Amino acid sequence: MRFAKRDDAAVGPDMTPMIDMTFQLIAFFMFTINFSDTEQDQRVTLPASELAKPPDAPYDHPLTVHLTKDGQYIYGGDAYGSLDELRSALLREKQIIDRFAKTNNEKLSDVTIVIRADEDARTGQVQEIIKLCQELQFERFALRGKQAEVHRIRSD
Amino acid sequence: MKIRHAEHREDLSLQMTPMIDIVFQLMVFFVFTFKISLPEGDFNIRMPAQAGAAAVPSETPVLRVRLRASESRDLASVQLGDVAIAGDDPFGQLQTRIRGMVDDSAGPGSTDQEVEIEADYDLKYQYVISAMTAITGYIDPATGEQHKLIEKVRFAPLAK
Repeated sequence: MRFAKRDDAAVGPDMTPMIDMTFQLIAFFMFTINFSDTEQDQRVTLPASELAKPPDAPYDHPLTVHLTKDGQYIYGGDAYGSLDELRSALLREKQIIDRFAKTNNEKLSDVTIVIRADEDARTGQVQEIIKLCQELQFERFALRGKQAEVHRIRSD
Repeated sequence: MKIRHAEHREDLSLQMTPMIDIVFQLMVFFVFTFKISLPEGDFNIRMPAQAGAAAVPSETPVLRVRLRASESRDLASVQLGDVAIAGDDPFGQLQTRIRGMVDDSAGPGSTDQEVEIEADYDLKYQYVISAMTAITGYIDPATGEQHKLIEKVRFAPLAK
């Protein structure tokens, strides 16, 4: 009687499907990876607008201030309950920028203040942030919104 | 002559272990750096401190858009200049009026018109962004292209 001699190849488990799947996953994560350090915060739900398209080029010097629904200011990862606390934090930042700007021949007006305010936040508080930044001699502002696919405004 | 039989058959199988190690390392790296970021965009406004703004008189008068808030902080009324805008879709009407005023056929940036938004303190911010969307531009439904209307938008100084 003859026995089939060799079936070495079948000793280990079949790796092919697992490797296929792992490569698929790696490809997915590679294509979705985003190295841009845009500041986002889950506590803020941005207002939607169909014109809110991502900018073509990133800002040279962005400073992001968040405003939550409850009226809390978030700057640099810290939450501030009052405008005065935000003012002192921004003042510190301004002094650092001033020192940096002197040595690098740049201006304070090159800094863009990105305001990420919640859709239910009070408009007056957004204006207060802008006013505070104006007092600190910042000039450029960007009001951030999330991109809406649906056209919410119909004029025709 | 003696022909050697291939006895090294186990060498034929690839060494999978190092490859799988590396692949898993890569996957763990990508999984941990994975961050869902939704597309966001900006409305750029340039607002220097009041002294600078007052020093530059504009040739065309500033259009004023007033947004009034109701008790529940929702939108109560929209006013463009002296004209009150009522109806179901106030921002759509606002845009129609602005398109009537601004001739955008000459291409973007063809107007010096400035708009000042005066909103109630308690108004929900989303209405301001909607108003700003209506003022700054629109998307052509046929081509999907963005057309710009008035780009110079600023806030009125706070009342208090």
